[in-house]
This record gives sequence, structure tokens and C-alpha cells, in this order.
Amino acid sequence: MSLSVEEEPLSIPGRASDDLKSERRESRRHGLFAPHLMRAALKQAFIMLRPDIQWKNPVMFVVEVGTILTLVFTVASLFGHGGAVSVTYLIGVDVWLFLTVMFANFATALAEARGKAQADSLRKTRRETPAFLLRDDGEIEESNSTALLAGDRVVVEAGQIIPGDGEIVDGVASVDESAITGESAPVIREAGGDRSGVTGGTRVLSDRIIVRITAEAGKSFLDRMIALVEGAIRQRTPNEIALSLVLSAFTLIFLIVTVALWPMALNAELYMKDYLGLAEPVKSLGTDIPTLVALLVCLIPTTIGALLAAIGIAGMDRALRANILAKSGKAVEVAGDVDTLLLDKTGTITIGNRRATQFVPMGQFSGAELGQLASLASMSDQTPEGKSIVELYAKPQGGVLDRRVADEAMHGAQFIEFTAQTRMSGIDLANGQKIRKGAPDSVIKYVQQLGGIMPEGAQAQVDAVASQGATPLLVCEGNRIAGMVVLSDILKPGIRERFERLRRMGLRTVMVTGDNPLTAKAIAEQAGVDDFIAQATPEAKLAYIRKEQASGKLVAMMGDGTNDAPALAQADVGVAMNSGTQAAKEAGNMVDLDSDPTKLIEVVEIGKQLLMTRGALTTFSVANDLAKYFAIIPALFAATLPWLKPFDVMHLHSATSAILSAVIFNAIIIPMLIPIALRGVAYRPVGADALLRRNLLIWGLGGVLVPFIGIKLIDVILVHLHLLS
Amino acid sequence: MWILPAIILIGTVVLAVPLGLYMAWVFEGRYRLPTVLRWIENRVDTGPQNWKQYCWAFMLLNLGTFIVGYLVLALQPWLPLNPDQKGMLAPSMIFHTVISFMTNTNQQHYSGEVHLSYFSQLFFICWKQVLSPVIGLAALVAIIRGLRGDKDMGNFYLDMWRGVAYFFVPLCLIVGVLLIAGGSPMTLHGKAQLATVEPGAMGSDDSGAAKLQEIARGPVAAIVAVKQFGTNGGGYFGANSAHPFENPNDWTNLLTCIGIILVPVATLVMFGKMLSNFRHAAVIFGVMLVLSVATIIWAVQWDTNQPNPALVARSEVAYAQDLPQAGGAAKPVWMVARAGQSADIAARDPAKQGADQPATTVYAGLPVDQSLGNLEGKELRFGTSAGATWAALTTNTSNGSVNCMHDSLTPLAGITPLVGMWLNCIWGGVGVGLINLLIYLIIGVFLAGLMVGRTPEYLGKKVEAHEMKLASLAMLAHPLLILIPTGLFVASSWALSTQNNPAAHGFTEILYEFTSASANNGSGYEGLADTVGAAADDNDAKLPQRAWDIACGLVMLCGRFIPIIAPIAIAGSLMAKKHTPFTVGTLRTDTATFGFVLLGTILLVGALLFLPAAVLGPVAEHLGPIPFGGG
Repeated sequence: MSLSVEEEPLSIPGRASDDLKSERRESRRHGLFAPHLMRAALKQAFIMLRPDIQWKNPVMFVVEVGTILTLVFTVASLFGHGGAVSVTYLIGVDVWLFLTVMFANFATALAEARGKAQADSLRKTRRETPAFLLRDDGEIEESNSTALLAGDRVVVEAGQIIPGDGEIVDGVASVDESAITGESAPVIREAGGDRSGVTGGTRVLSDRIIVRITAEAGKSFLDRMIALVEGAIRQRTPNEIALSLVLSAFTLIFLIVTVALWPMALNAELYMKDYLGLAEPVKSLGTDIPTLVALLVCLIPTTIGALLAAIGIAGMDRALRANILAKSGKAVEVAGDVDTLLLDKTGTITIGNRRATQFVPMGQFSGAELGQLASLASMSDQTPEGKSIVELYAKPQGGVLDRRVADEAMHGAQFIEFTAQTRMSGIDLANGQKIRKGAPDSVIKYVQQLGGIMPEGAQAQVDAVASQGATPLLVCEGNRIAGMVVLSDILKPGIRERFERLRRMGLRTVMVTGDNPLTAKAIAEQAGVDDFIAQATPEAKLAYIRKEQASGKLVAMMGDGTNDAPALAQADVGVAMNSGTQAAKEAGNMVDLDSDPTKLIEVVEIGKQLLMTRGALTTFSVANDLAKYFAIIPALFAATLPWLKPFDVMHLHSATSAILSAVIFNAIIIPMLIPIALRGVAYRPVGADALLRRNLLIWGLGGVLVPFIGIKLIDVILVHLHLLS
Repeated sequence: MWILPAIILIGTVVLAVPLGLYMAWVFEGRYRLPTVLRWIENRVDTGPQNWKQYCWAFMLLNLGTFIVGYLVLALQPWLPLNPDQKGMLAPSMIFHTVISFMTNTNQQHYSGEVHLSYFSQLFFICWKQVLSPVIGLAALVAIIRGLRGDKDMGNFYLDMWRGVAYFFVPLCLIVGVLLIAGGSPMTLHGKAQLATVEPGAMGSDDSGAAKLQEIARGPVAAIVAVKQFGTNGGGYFGANSAHPFENPNDWTNLLTCIGIILVPVATLVMFGKMLSNFRHAAVIFGVMLVLSVATIIWAVQWDTNQPNPALVARSEVAYAQDLPQAGGAAKPVWMVARAGQSADIAARDPAKQGADQPATTVYAGLPVDQSLGNLEGKELRFGTSAGATWAALTTNTSNGSVNCMHDSLTPLAGITPLVGMWLNCIWGGVGVGLINLLIYLIIGVFLAGLMVGRTPEYLGKKVEAHEMKLASLAMLAHPLLILIPTGLFVASSWALSTQNNPAAHGFTEILYEFTSASANNGSGYEGLADTVGAAADDNDAKLPQRAWDIACGLVMLCGRFIPIIAPIAIAGSLMAKKHTPFTVGTLRTDTATFGFVLLGTILLVGALLFLPAAVLGPVAEHLGPIPFGGG
């Protein structure tokens, strides 16, 4: 009964189709019930019967004890010491009680096995690889990945596998990270900046890089996470602890109900004896211990008790399937509670970086002159914006001329780096030309200092561009303003709908951008985010997160750079991109292997699904009790109080078949709900009230009705197969 | 017939709104005081308390009232205001009575006019019935302060003073005057003695002279006002509000019916006002109203609109249908555990029918006009539905006063008071009803909160493991305290020797007694011989009665304090938490949807637990062939 993932409720409108494709590929690799997983889970299910392990699940521990108790009575009955009840019925009850425990253990084991399988596939990237150690004297020494220490520098060339986690200190390379992300398209990793992180086990496709190893073998970030995913150090999350407390309380309450029922049933037997004038009491199932055990097992929340651990593990597993490594289950759970999402504008809201889209000459300058000046000023500017200016100028010029002119001009030139103070960059050419480009106010100030003036209408042009959400850059040559370069953002398709969806989920979205407030506001309005942080510095981000948290909100953010680390650590959910720096990865509590900035949205949905699944199955489990009462109560007193028959609304065949049917229903509902536990209850971003109505209807009302049908059906089948007298 | 309950509910709501606002005003301390009162308040107020200090103060006051109460009752023969020379009471009965009145249960194993002096009535019964509801109210006020995130829980002693002096005593004074106007006596004179119209109707003394009729009386109006409006229920007379001095006519009946639920409904208004969240209070009110109306309709429908089943030719029908084996022709389809046993019953049944059944058959043939429903055990002065309505209201709250014999309700109508006490939050006791509901609410919020995909929140505070642990503890108390003692007693001679009726009805008597004790309700199903009486009558033969005293006393203690202290601790924990802002993704607790969640939680968690007991008691009695315990 492999379930295809086409119905996977996680899919988000607007997600790129290749994302979906890779997800399908992934899920086919590990179908919900793949045979090898089933075998491993079955074996583990038996091991978990050990009382010291079973004890960790109090609800199922009670069932296990009940099973043993019933077994004692069954054996006694086989040797003729039994009471009034038939042995076949006792065996039936015992077998199904045992199966209840097994199904529960199996569900947990299956979830663990799936996690392990995922972890194993990750672990395969951990295998031994040769490493080329770069010694301080420049010599290269061949070593082994397992012998690497933090701080070692290794050389990796095209075709080689990166021996360990680290940061590129020199060079740029395209890297195939499909081993960990499943994505076949290579990614660029380069020294300096925020894309310097490389992961051990990935393959360099081109060029040559020098990597400084940041984690010694076996202690890398991935290694620690794999251990977590495998469940070896799985800690129960706060909500899970609270829920298991409630489940234990329910178990205790129903234990009280069942224990008290024995003397009550005895009382009924005694007065019926008197009433009928019998010599010895009429026996009913109400004083039969195995039957009371069966009643207890049916009433305690076995369904959720059996699946609780599996739901938690599956949450981590689902995160992993979305290529997110969570440092703890708690992190995934907290994601469901997030109120505020900090999203980087670049890459999340807009496609890639801002690009130069237009040259607007001013004064006596022509478009071509402006273009040339601007690209000269950007020659040394390695930011994406800078590169895009060069590209925009090069495109109509054919590029060749540009290169020659550039080389000529560059000779003896001096680059002026961008600083936060000047907010300009540029170049001083050998011929004395001083070209600057930068934020309009800075450039204007610069020009005015040199005695220049602002061309007529320039300010209006600048403002017009800025108010449309584009970024104006002014270019000047000496004290003359040459014109304006327009940098534009292109919104990702469907991003508005996505934010609308987040809003319906109750999340506030905050756009983080380095743009000026005017630009930021315009883009924020276009994209439909609730708030923005303009001219964002790491400090501004941190301050914003603290402000939100002070008002009781939980904040999630995604980051990649080292300067994001404090904010990532401060945020309640910090997702670091795998391509990011080691510091960022250490600071966050999740790592996105795909380095996809829109992942935050998925993380939140996975977190919400995790909580919803728990709530829904608990409600279902408790609601089930009504039908079980209607099946079991009249059966218990069939012999003493036969007039309770009208209470048997399901018209079950006999007292024993009624109890067996209830026990069987109680058992088989567990494996039937395993897929739901592992995949999660469908989440729809419709607001809490509508969501609650929907879940109440499905799991509350459904939980009341389904067992009536199920128990009747089982009863009919039992009778039809002549399994009961 | 339906007019009475309708007038009661509407009248209550109309009065509850201003009263609730007044209560909020009092407990928020928004008043200005004359110097004398301010001086008293300054003496009483020991400063802000956290939840632990508040609980200690709460326990200390209870301990104090226990000791004083015990002394008053134990010293009764030597204390003044005892014109009828009431003697020493049995120790176990004093234990039971003191706890009963300390815990706002007011379950009475004694009979007021027989066992208590006027001093005991006034300085034990009356003042304890004044204190115990205000203690519950103070606990609720503290919890509200915790829920809304105040810095402290207030001061218990100050809350007590405010509740007693500015709210409860004035209210009872007004009601007492109305009751006196309605005909209730308020006197310290001894029993009235008068010659009967027919000489010797009361028998004659040793010398052959005709005995005078003695009519018990006393300071009735004061006690009735306090017992009705403080969800107490401990009446002056054994017959409680069925007695013509406690409840002289239909006007006092209406007044005291409103009195049963007025303060609990008003606390909802106070709750809404103090939290500044009337919508949330309205949802809770709606849930309670639905449950209340349902229980009233159920009781009236099955008791007043149906003939008394004992007087209907039902027994033969029951046998013919329910035991098809009896005819011998029908196969015993509904199988019995041991093969051959059904035949056992079948073999004996026809004989039984011949020998013992005539009793019921004879009743069944009586020419009784049943158009007014079941009239047995009712005070017809109040109208036909008054008994059933009162039975529902008195158990919707934790009042426990009665104006009819609950024992005489038809079996199905008898479920109403049981369900009311099992849930114990339909309106609930003063203060504690809402506190009980908060436990269901926390559990409902927890499950519903998870179902909307967030860590559950209540009023902006996250509900986590610590709160759930405490809520679970409170939730566990009620079934534990009802079912386990019932199980113990039904299987032992203690109960079997004291029940008045055998079979299902006798079972219900026992179940009812513990339910009433655990719910701190105090009403009795009657029929149980659980009175030890005066110390002089106390001997070893009274062992079962002693057992009842002690068992019920312990159940009342636990049933009072666990469900109050656990929620105070929850509020104390929530108080310290950071407030989570409200978003679209937050579970709303002020919508109809949440009302359904709350209702579902109450019914699934509260009522399901008691289903087996209900089936063995009232349902078995209704369906079975032995109506009212048979002959």
C-alpha cells in the first residue's frame, strides 16, 4: 500500500516544478512501506517489547502488562482452572492485545527506520576519501579524510571529493552537492563572502580550491545531525511531553473506571442471584479479568499512545525530506509557533540580486558615456550589482571593445572600495579621472564638495526611480554627475500569493534588505509583506528580532553569512543555508541543504503539521471511546442484566464478539493510521478557526462515528468467517 | 410546566448581570470606604500574595473553620441557645458534618431539627455556609488575576473580607427579609406546642393525657437565604426545601430556585468583566446554558411528562422481551458467558414470574391518573415540574438543597442530578464551578490548540507540560473519588446493610452519595441509612454508618481541595509567562467553534468516565424488570 506523494499536502502552489520532481524521486526511493524498512521495523518492534524500553511509553506499557495478565488467565484456563469464559475467546483477546502492542512498537520502529534510512544515505557521503593536505611550506601531502583535524588546509581539484566540512579560503569552484541535497545542478562556491562553506562528501566539478577544514572527521555538523535524525539522542519535545502527561492521565482515569467496575459488576451479580433465587451468583463478563483488561485497553488512548513517538520522528524525517536538517525535534516544533518571519529580500522575494536595467544619462553625457563610466567604476566591484552594470554595458557593445578599453583604462588605476561611511565605490584612473558611483545622497554630497552642481531635474528622476522600488545609483566623473544607473528587483512569480497564504496562517512577514527605506517600502508593497527592515545591518536585524521577542513573538529567520550568526542564534528558529559559513550553520538550529531561502515557509508548515497531527489523533483516540462503550458495556452485563440489550445500538452478534470486535478495531486502527502519523495531517492555511472546525469535523466527529461502523464491520466478518460460536 | 424553568433561567440572567458587575467592582477594590471599614481592611490586608502564599492562607482559614466548627458541635450540650436540650452528637457524625460544611458540600447525615441546637444552627451551620462559598469565590478571583497576568494574586484575607462584608452578607440579608415576608420563620423560641384539633392525634402520654403537637422552628429564614445563594444546600430541616418553613409557597420557591444559580451565573459576568473579555465569558455561559437547559428538559420530560413506570404494566413486558430465553422458543442469541447459564435463568424465570412478580403486577393494575407524571415524593404546592426543575438546578450547581425526593424521580430522570454532579461545572458551586470548568477548558484548549498547529495558548499564555500536569491531577480527582469508593462500598456489607432498596436502585443510592460528596454538592438520593445520630445511640451496630461518615468526609476533603489548589497553581504558573500576541493562527476562545470544543471536552472527558456506572444504576433500573428496586 505504497502511497504516492502526489497527494502530499505539503505541496505549495508556486513551487518550482523541478522541486516537486525531486521530491517525488525522493519519496519513491523510500516509499512509506518499503520492504526493507518493514523488515527492520518488525525486528525492532519485538526488541521494544522489553519492559524497560516499553516503559517509556506508559500507555502501551499498560497494554503490555494487560496482555501478560490475560496470558496468565488464558494458560490457567487451558489447564482447566479457568472461569466461565471460553478458552478460544481468551486466546482471541490475548492475541489482539499483543498485536496492539506490536502495532504500536512497529509504528515507532518504522518511523525510526525511515529516519535511519535517510541518515544512512547521508552517511554514505561520509566515506573515506583521500585528502591533499596543504602544508605551511606550500608542499602538498597526501592524507586521508579521517585523519583531518580542524584548521587543516586541503587542496581539492576538479573531480575530487571534498574530504571534510570547511570554508574555501582560496579559489572558486562549481560543486556538485547532489549527494546531500539530491539536486543535480552544480552550485558555485567561492572564497570570501557568504558562499564559502563546503560540505564533506560533495564533489568539485571544476577549478581548484583550497579549503580550511572546520570540523574534524566524525564531528562535523552533518555527523551530529545524522545522529539526531537516527533517533539515538532523540529528545522529546515540550509539546510531546505535555501530551504524554495528558495521555498518562487518561490512562490512569480509565484504569480507575475499569478497576471500580469489577466490584460494581459483582454487586449486580449478587443482587441478581438473590432476585432469581439462585444458589450461586450468575457470572458475567463484568467480573472476568481478561475482559476488563480488554475494556481498559479499548478505553485508554492507545491510538495516539502508539503513534506519538512515530509522529515526532516523522516530523524530523519530513524536515529531512525537504532537505532541512534540524538540530532537534524541538526546533521543528517551535517552527509551528512562529509569529514573525524574517525573509531576505534577495533570493526570497526577488529573483537573484538587483540588476542594472537602465542607464539614465544626465547633463551633457550620453548613454554610452555613462555606461562606460559606470562599468569602469564597477570593474573592481565584485558584488552582483556591480557585475550586472558591467554586463548591461557590455551587452550592446559586444564586450570585446569593452575589455580592451577597460584594460587600457585600468592600467595604473586605483580602486576605491565601498565603505559604509562613504557609501560609494569607484576608481581613480591613471589619467586623473575620478569616477564614483553610489547612493544618490552620497554622490551628490561628493560632487558638491568638489564644487559641482546637481543637473536640472536630477533629484526628481532619482526620487521617481526610488519610489518605484528600484534602486538609483548616481555616477559622477569628477564634479560632474554623469547620470543614473537603475538597479531593479524582479519579484519572484507567485510571491504575493505566498505571503497571502502566510498571512492566513497568522504569520507576519518581514523583508530584510540593504536598500534605502523608500525602495524597500515600494518592494514591500509590491510583494505584500507586512513590514520591512531597510538598510539592514546585522545589528538592525538582531535588534528587530529582540524587539519582536520582547512582545512575546517567536521569530524565524534564514541567513547565510557570518554576520548573520548573532541574529540566527537569537531567532527562535534560525535556518542557516548549507552554502553559508560555518559560523552561520553553528548559530542556527536548522540547516537547509538546498540553500533555498523560501524554505522557511516549509519549515513552518512542517512544524504546524507536527502539532496538528498530534492533536488530531488524540481527539480521534478519545472520541473513539464512545462507540467502544456502546459495544462493550452491554456485553459485560449480558449475563446479569440482559435488558441492557437496547444499549447495544450496533446489534452485535454476541457478548464475546462485541468485546473481540472492539479490541480488534482498537488494534487495527493503529496500523491504518500509520500513514497519517508519518505524513502528517493535511495543513491548510485558512486561519485557526476554520482549521479547527475542519479538524473537529474530521477527527472529532469522525472519531465518534468511525468506530461504530468499524466495530460492526469486524463483528459481521467474525461471524461470517465462523470465528465465533 | 415549562414556564417555571423558563422564568427561573431568564430571571437569573437578568439579575446576574448587575450582580456580576457589582462583584467585579467589589473584588477589584474600586470603592471608597468610610474610615471604619478602611481601618478594618487595613488590619485584614496582609499584603500581596503569590499563588503559594494565597494557597497557604486559604488552607489556614479552612483549618481554622474546621477546628472552631468541630468545637461548636462537640460542645453543643454545654452551649447556649439550646431550648430543646439537644444532646451530644456521635464523633463520626461531627467529623462528617464539619467537613461537609467546610467544603461547601453540606451533605447532611444528621437531621437539623432533631440533632442541632439553635446555637449550632446559627454559629456553625449559618456562618460556615457564609464562609465556604466566599472561600470558593476568593479562589476564583485569585485565578482570574493569575490568568490576566497581574503581578500578584491579591490578598486572600482581603478577598474574604470583601466577599463576606460587601457582597454575600448584604445579599443574604435582602433575601432573608424577602423569605420572612414569604412566610419563613425567624425565631429563637423553642418548638411550638399546640393542641391538635382532634384530641390525641399525636398519641397520649403515660398519664393518658393527649399529647400536644410539637412543631420544630427556629432561625430558618437566615439559614435558607445563606444555603440557597451560596450553593450550600444545608437546610435547617431534614426535609430541606420541601419543608413548608424553608419554602412556604411558590413565590419563595421561585426566589430560592433563582438563588441556586444566581451567584454562579453572576460569577461568569464577573469573570468577563475582570478579564475584560465578555465574549469569552459569553461562550462559557453558552456552554453552561446548553448543558443546564438539557438537564432540566431531560429531568422534566422523564419525570413530569411520563407516567410512573412502577405503576405501568411494564414488568411482564420486560420479561417477555428482554429474556427471550424465558419462552424457551427463542434462541438465546445474546449469549451469556458460560454455556448453559442462560438456560439456568430461563428455567427459573417462569417460576419467579409466578411467585414474586404479582407485587408489581398489582401496582400496575391500580387505577391511577398518570396525566401529571410521576408525583411520588413531590411537593405539589410548587407545581408538577418544580421538583424535577429543582433537582436539575441544585445539581447543575453544587447547591444540593432539594424540594423533592431525588430517590423518587423516575430512574431516567434520576440521571439528571448524577450527570450534573459528575460534570460539576454546568453552573457549578460559587467560584468553584467556573474553576472546575477551567480544567475542562485547559484540556480543550490543549487539544484544540494542537489541532490548529500551535503550542496551545489560553488567554495569550502558553499551556505547557507543567499546566497539563496540574490539570490532569485535578481531572483525575473526581472519577477517583467517586468510582473507587463506590466500588469499595457496593462490594462490602457497609453499603449493602444501609441501602434501603436492593438491585440497581440501591446501587444508585451508593453511587449518588459519593458523587454528591466528591462534587461537594451535598444533595442526597435518600434511602441510605447513613445517620449515626446522637452519641448516645452510637454503638458497634452503627459501624456501617460510621464508615459512611468517614468515607464521605475524606472524599469531600479531597474533592474540595485538589480541584481548587491545582487550578490556582496553574494560574500561578500562567501568570509568570510572557504574553503571546494574538494572530490569525491563534486559537480563539471566544467563538462558537470553541464553544463546541468545550462542550465536547466536557461530555467526552467528563461524562464518558461515568457511563458504566450510569448504565449499572439508573439505566439498568429503567430497562430492567425490577422498577424501584422491586419488591
